Amino acid sequence: MDYEVKLEIFEGPLDLLLHLIHKNEVDIFDIPITTITDQYLAYLDMMKALNISVAGDFLVMAATLIHIKSKMLLPGSDEDEEEDPRDEITRPLLEYMRIKDIAQELSEREILGRDVFSRQDASWEDPEPEAEGPSLDVSLFQLIDAFRQIMEKTQPGSMSMNFRHEKWSIKEKARLILSLLRECPEMLFDEIFKGDREVPEFIVTFLALLELVHIGLVKVFQTSYKSRDIRLTANFDINGTEAFDEDLPLSTTNGSTHGETAGSDY
Amino acid sequence: MEKPLDLIIESLLFASNKPLGVSEIHRCLPDVAPSDIKAALTDLQAAYDGMDRSFRLKEVAGGYQIRTQSAYAPYVLKMLKSSPSRLSRAALETLAIIAYKQPVIRQEIEQLRGVDAGGILRTLLEKDLIRVMGRKTIPGRPLIYGTTKRFLEVFDLKDLESLPKLKEFKDFGSGDETAVHMPEGDGQVGKPPQQEAEQVLLFPEDGEGPEA
Repeated sequence: MDYEVKLEIFEGPLDLLLHLIHKNEVDIFDIPITTITDQYLAYLDMMKALNISVAGDFLVMAATLIHIKSKMLLPGSDEDEEEDPRDEITRPLLEYMRIKDIAQELSEREILGRDVFSRQDASWEDPEPEAEGPSLDVSLFQLIDAFRQIMEKTQPGSMSMNFRHEKWSIKEKARLILSLLRECPEMLFDEIFKGDREVPEFIVTFLALLELVHIGLVKVFQTSYKSRDIRLTANFDINGTEAFDEDLPLSTTNGSTHGETAGSDY
Repeated sequence: MEKPLDLIIESLLFASNKPLGVSEIHRCLPDVAPSDIKAALTDLQAAYDGMDRSFRLKEVAGGYQIRTQSAYAPYVLKMLKSSPSRLSRAALETLAIIAYKQPVIRQEIEQLRGVDAGGILRTLLEKDLIRVMGRKTIPGRPLIYGTTKRFLEVFDLKDLESLPKLKEFKDFGSGDETAVHMPEGDGQVGKPPQQEAEQVLLFPEDGEGPEA
């Protein structure tokens, strides 16, 4: 069976590249193009495996990377004169890093409606914070990365998967995550996979988590930039009486082979 | 005048729901010279700082506004029954591009971030953080975007010049810095100041020397 989860991914290829460069702790002015290209392509595969639709921008960058890689393999005719083929990505990456820096600085300011308040005009936010979509303070790549690590730890071997029959449903797993959060309103990302045994089960749990984030019942965040721990927190009244039994507004309905895409409104 | 000037101004600030500029205050107090109003505002600012209250008088978006201090945010949020307003990282990045590169068109924004910007631009427009400044006179006549006064208010900025300075890329080591920006400008060391001012309104350069 197919689960198709479509998440709004604002992050583009540059984001993924930066993520890889940071992860490998390499110099942006001397990018090991082979390593980065391989990892980049592995990520695209990963996203495809999870049925996350890969935007065209990602594919264009993949082509660019492969092109650069092939250029690097060719013996340079005149090394002193020739431009480093990697400049094609270094330059936009540097620009992008600068933008991220500024964005970071902006977010650290005393923001009206978040840090400081003035009369009446309490905040500039929407009446319903959910209106703009669920908060995903952890990027999707980090989440996928964390998921991949769990898979590698617990399921060494291939990432291939076959959904032969329905043993687990997203709804069930979502309910399980919610009940875990009821007991402990804040937990580590790994903990929701504790009971899982088989590859599809892990994936169903992961998809359930994405769904819960999407409908705003769960928030995913990191305590700091440095910390690698991804945490989940309940975004609902844990003492509330809502049972979430039948009425979880999940877009991927249990049992349907072609789950409606989660982000249908995007 | 029956009442002390600084207290009159304080009452205006206290009751106002938006930053008050010197000229707005002057409109209420036509007999007082703007310079005296400015001096009274500065006095008030210092007085509040000295009193160690939960609020301050901040200079934002060309005016003055009484604002709570960030340490009290959790309590105020509870009272307002709201969660802190947040912008997604993508929205912040887009906003950063617009703030520093305005007037800017969508295509330039998308080039810098490497992804479609339509949805985010709509969100930022709805939040009144950016505005359409006009259309560029090139084929397709694309819309030109810039930031709003609201942007200054929200991000605690006096004016656009007080945006955080851009960091150079020295931190990243040995790099060839001419490659960082204005790639076509390699040959010329001095930039045409006019064009720079037009294209990239706000690269604050004071104290940093020439940019490239």
